[in-house]
Amino acid sequence: MQGPVLGIESSCDETGVAVYDPAAGLLAHALHSQVDLHAVYGGVVPELASRDHVRRLLPLLDRVLGEAGLSRDQLGGVAYTAGPGLVGALLVGASVARALAWGAGLPCLGIHHMEAHLLAPMLEPDPPRPPFVALLVSGGHTLLVHVADIGRYTVLGETLDDAIGEAFDKTAKILGLGYPGGPALAALAEQGDPGRFRFPRPMTDRPGLDFSFSGIKTFALNTYRAAGPGAAADIARAFEEAVVDTLVIKSRRALRQTAARALVVAGGVSANRRLRAALRALGETLEVAVHFPRPAFCTDNGAMVALAGAIRLGAGEAEPDLRIRVRARWPLSELRPPGR
Amino acid sequence: MAAILGIDTATEACTTGLWMDGEVRVRHAVTPRGHADRVLADCQALLAEAGLSLRDLDALAVGRGPGSFTGVRIGVGVAQGLAYAAGLRVIPVSTLAVIAQAVAEHAPARWIAVAIDARMEEVYWGVYRRDADGLVRPAGAERVCAPRAVSIPDEVGACVGAGSGWDTHGVALQARLQGRLREMEPGALPHAAALLRLAAAARERGEGVSPAEAHPVYLRDRVTHTGGSGG
Repeated sequence: MQGPVLGIESSCDETGVAVYDPAAGLLAHALHSQVDLHAVYGGVVPELASRDHVRRLLPLLDRVLGEAGLSRDQLGGVAYTAGPGLVGALLVGASVARALAWGAGLPCLGIHHMEAHLLAPMLEPDPPRPPFVALLVSGGHTLLVHVADIGRYTVLGETLDDAIGEAFDKTAKILGLGYPGGPALAALAEQGDPGRFRFPRPMTDRPGLDFSFSGIKTFALNTYRAAGPGAAADIARAFEEAVVDTLVIKSRRALRQTAARALVVAGGVSANRRLRAALRALGETLEVAVHFPRPAFCTDNGAMVALAGAIRLGAGEAEPDLRIRVRARWPLSELRPPGR
Repeated sequence: MAAILGIDTATEACTTGLWMDGEVRVRHAVTPRGHADRVLADCQALLAEAGLSLRDLDALAVGRGPGSFTGVRIGVGVAQGLAYAAGLRVIPVSTLAVIAQAVAEHAPARWIAVAIDARMEEVYWGVYRRDADGLVRPAGAERVCAPRAVSIPDEVGACVGAGSGWDTHGVALQARLQGRLREMEPGALPHAAALLRLAAAARERGEGVSPAEAHPVYLRDRVTHTGGSGG
């Protein structure tokens, strides 16, 4: 494959399109967030997400090719998120991508959504080199992954119940904040008294790298019931500190266990300021480089899919037939190094 | 020469076809699932057999629904992608009209009342008239509603009932037609030959949209339980 790669992301509630050139880097990217569409329902409605993707994709594609100054004929390949995610939403991106690629005579490849997140820091200057540890924190995922090399992933730990972003949103709902509640909760926490409540740090008192966040959420609910709405800011602060502490403790353990010299943090929750500061401090203590993608590439986006596509298509991978396939579940450990 | 590729994946039928000046080749499979597995391969086979490439086409026709939400989006998404790649216009055609056209080719009556089972005790409904040119045209608007609430224009005479809705709700629908029903074809499905016939006529009238403007039509917009009118 030669030439820039088109990347399409539609696994949940963001429609992302980007073009990445193996030689020149990211040429253009565009995103449509459906947050407002789902806000009234207090969560992502899969059917509404799918309906929006199919309306947004081609206009975004036009915009991205325009910004990159490219015509359709100048593309070298097409990559799309094939999973994990919402099947109906994934199918929209996959259908358009597969048809577009075949129609244009281009190689096409389905990309693992979490691998794309893992590789997103490579869109930035001074990218991390494997081996490193990656902490993926989003509305759908909480994962610690050892990246021995691109395509060689070992999941060190993951959440046993709620994803971290889910815990943020549910706790925000308890506190009467809107959806999505994560950023609102973080803002409220700034006004909270850090010493008033102390929440548990689940699963930090025993070995292992798995997470559990439903207990903190329940603790928040009970505290709110006992202390009343006046305590909302203090509860937000205690919740956020407990969550950040938990993530830092597990990240430290993962770094020690693997002796990795770099930590990559990705996923929507990595935009959280307190988490960023705490993980930076951890990096200084352990003398480990900490990499965050810019906020736009922390959340779901097309750029990371185009990048992952450029790496794998560039190694000669491509879908072997014309079947349009997506996967709701897809363990990271099933992936192989590019071209193998 | 006018060449059009047609796709309808909105129902159990995964039906694709290639129109070349009235000559039609079709790939037609009835499976509850697997449309995503075969639709592109079928398109490829149709073009290869005819010795054509996508860029030799004049337009792309797609059944834009109503039907299975996911099925409709696979068809429209594939049509969008193909048309975008090859710089083609898209001709969206109602899946209800495609069923009516498929039945009209042999129907013993001039009127076709199409009902697709929409679950939740509703049907996707549309009434069509077969004209002298052999093409069906809508009589009244398409809608999704309870079988007992379907609308039938006064002008409608002897009629054939077509589509899966007649299987599930035949008794209620027949009652609405008040003696005008001549025959039922509950197994009637969209067929690419019918889609392409309607699309070729639409193209001659100058109809067609850009790929980005090719949108699904679901009819059912209430898809959440928490209130609001949904999408």
